[in-house]
Amino acid sequence: MEKENFTISVYTENNIGLLNRISAIFLKRHINLDSMTASASEIKDVFRFTIVVKITEEQVKKLIGQIEKQIEVIKAFYHKDEETIYQETALFKVASKLLFEDRQIQNVIKNSNANIVTVTPEFFVLEKTGRRREVEALYHKLEPFGLMQFVRSGRIAVTKDKMHISKILESFGSETV
Amino acid sequence: METQTQTVKKQKVVATEKMTGAEAVIRCLLAEGVDLIYGYPGGAIMPVYDELYKYQDQLHHVLTRHEQGATHAAQGYARTSGRVGVAIATSGPGATNFVTGIADAQIDSTPMVCITGQVGSHLLGTDAFQETDIIGISMPITKWNCQVTKAEDIPTVLAKAFYIARSGRPGPVLVDITKDAQFGELDFIYEKCKGVRSYQAIPETEPKSLEAAAKLINGAKKPMIVFGQGVILGEAEEELKNFIEKTGIPAAWTILGLSALPTSHPLNVGMVGMHGNYGPNKLTNECDLLLAIGMRFDDRVTGNLETYAKQAKVVHFEIDPAEIDKNVKADVAVMGDVKNTLAKILPLVKSNTHDSWFQEFKDYDAIEYDKVIKDELYPSKEGLSMGEVLRGINEETKGDAVIVSDVGQHQMIACRYAEFTKSKSNVTSGGLGTMGFALPAAIGAKMGAPDREVVAIIGDGGYQMTIQELGTIFQTKVPVKIVVLNNDFLGMVRQWQQLFFDKRYASTEMVNPDFIKIAEGYHIKSTRITKRENLQDAIAEMIACEGPYFLEVCVEKENNVFPMIPTGASVSDIRLE
Repeated sequence: MEKENFTISVYTENNIGLLNRISAIFLKRHINLDSMTASASEIKDVFRFTIVVKITEEQVKKLIGQIEKQIEVIKAFYHKDEETIYQETALFKVASKLLFEDRQIQNVIKNSNANIVTVTPEFFVLEKTGRRREVEALYHKLEPFGLMQFVRSGRIAVTKDKMHISKILESFGSETV
Repeated sequence: METQTQTVKKQKVVATEKMTGAEAVIRCLLAEGVDLIYGYPGGAIMPVYDELYKYQDQLHHVLTRHEQGATHAAQGYARTSGRVGVAIATSGPGATNFVTGIADAQIDSTPMVCITGQVGSHLLGTDAFQETDIIGISMPITKWNCQVTKAEDIPTVLAKAFYIARSGRPGPVLVDITKDAQFGELDFIYEKCKGVRSYQAIPETEPKSLEAAAKLINGAKKPMIVFGQGVILGEAEEELKNFIEKTGIPAAWTILGLSALPTSHPLNVGMVGMHGNYGPNKLTNECDLLLAIGMRFDDRVTGNLETYAKQAKVVHFEIDPAEIDKNVKADVAVMGDVKNTLAKILPLVKSNTHDSWFQEFKDYDAIEYDKVIKDELYPSKEGLSMGEVLRGINEETKGDAVIVSDVGQHQMIACRYAEFTKSKSNVTSGGLGTMGFALPAAIGAKMGAPDREVVAIIGDGGYQMTIQELGTIFQTKVPVKIVVLNNDFLGMVRQWQQLFFDKRYASTEMVNPDFIKIAEGYHIKSTRITKRENLQDAIAEMIACEGPYFLEVCVEKENNVFPMIPTGASVSDIRLE
């Protein structure tokens, strides 16, 4: 079976130790995480982990089983790239003097669809959100001018189809904790 | 940990009692029906022990000689009683000594609640005396774990702990309680946990899966059952028997499924796996339908997965969704508790017999008897065999005893040859293979089934890993019968060295102490047997003894356990010599 990108979405109770439990499942199987993002979800008091891995579909199915087995995991899903809308965000910190010294950099910024987040006499910060290759393209264009700092977030994604998580929560009933 | 108390949705208005967190721990245990716990005191758990002193009439505490012993004793108790075993220890080394027992309980699905003390919450993360991150350490080997830093969270967390430990596929749970939470005050109220929102203990059974499974069963010409511990944990022995008898399907067992079906049952065809019986291993690769019931296709069961039952359709009766397709792909997965699913499928399957197919098992049995079993049970050589000791125990106990085994050659011999009439009678460390398990587990097994004879079968290696628990036996006078099969070797490792490492016996020969003198030091009645003519009388004396008894049998040093599936080989490549 071919390896491909999978976005794993894990809905959990807000629990301190869960990050450890989930990452241990990958560690134990020598699976590298391409990225992992923890955030709030569309449901009150329910957390969401968005994990990207490059593995086979058979592997991802088994991982989902192991993840869902954790007591505080409500539900886990996996999706292929084409089933999701996904983005990453990057921040570029660049010396302000470059703006005045080098015309070309102004053109790069204009054509990049990036936002200028802040400008100070010493530096300015560019924010670029998009697919990995768009972020990387901007990186390659800016790098020759000299980057003071660069950082890129993990992938965040929503699925094209519905996530049936709310229904699942309802079905658990109100008697339980 | 605010979330724990906040999420209780319907708190009834009931009169509460003011008490300390430490007292609340005891009261929670009592509310869960616990009357026996195993443990070892120390600094960070002292407030709880102080309360234990007050409640000693209601809650009996067994002081083991090492915290590992407390976990194995709790496991033994859980395995024979079907209840949750409870172990308690202090922080730091007390907690880390729990690790082996917790890992063992996790892989063998044993319901256990472990309570550890922890340094005061203001000291957490400061590398305080006897501080260790037991939550982090035990995370991958617990079904659930939780640290409590506030007294008022103790009842909710412990209620949840017991619920999680015993429900669904059972497992170990660890609750770590800081010293200030033990000293702190709370208004005590205990409500048993009835569910956890994010956790579905038992998955729903699709009616379609039952129909699909029944169709395969009714159409099969050469069906075979492999059942595991799920049958015992689900108390589905009667349902399994009814199913087997109606369908006439030969039934084999995994090491942890042993004793769920009486040894004498005509359709019981023996053990599968590395040292299992010849027939069921060979015929796994000839059956047209493999029914896996409450088992998980461990690698010691399947051998090489590439060549495992490839010709067969597979129906997997299972409670844990993560086990489906994990190792062996199921054509039909019947989710749910086997007690329920086996009962539901019974009316859908036809009454049947499979005489000629069953005869194939019998034919292999005859070959195995001739090549292996005869010499093991009735050896013609001078040296004593492990098998004849088991035969002697069978004769004395008539298959009514609980057999607790350690890990190694003697364990395989015990599981192959011990006879059972009742369920919950085979207590052994299956998945983890923990040497040192048997002696403390036997203590718990006897306390969990006080009316039954409990015989521990242990090798000379494993015996010395937890030998200090003789102190617990001496102090509690628990009448366990200890049989050490002494070959002065780490026998199973030696066997592998002989077969796969050109007889390079690296560090497997043991220079052993005088085990009789050690037993005498603990005032435990004891005998050493070196000659066959004395064996049966010694076993009879041991069984007749009212107190604990230690029997050492010096067996042939270099015997091997057969049949054997070499690692990585196919089940059908099982060797008889």
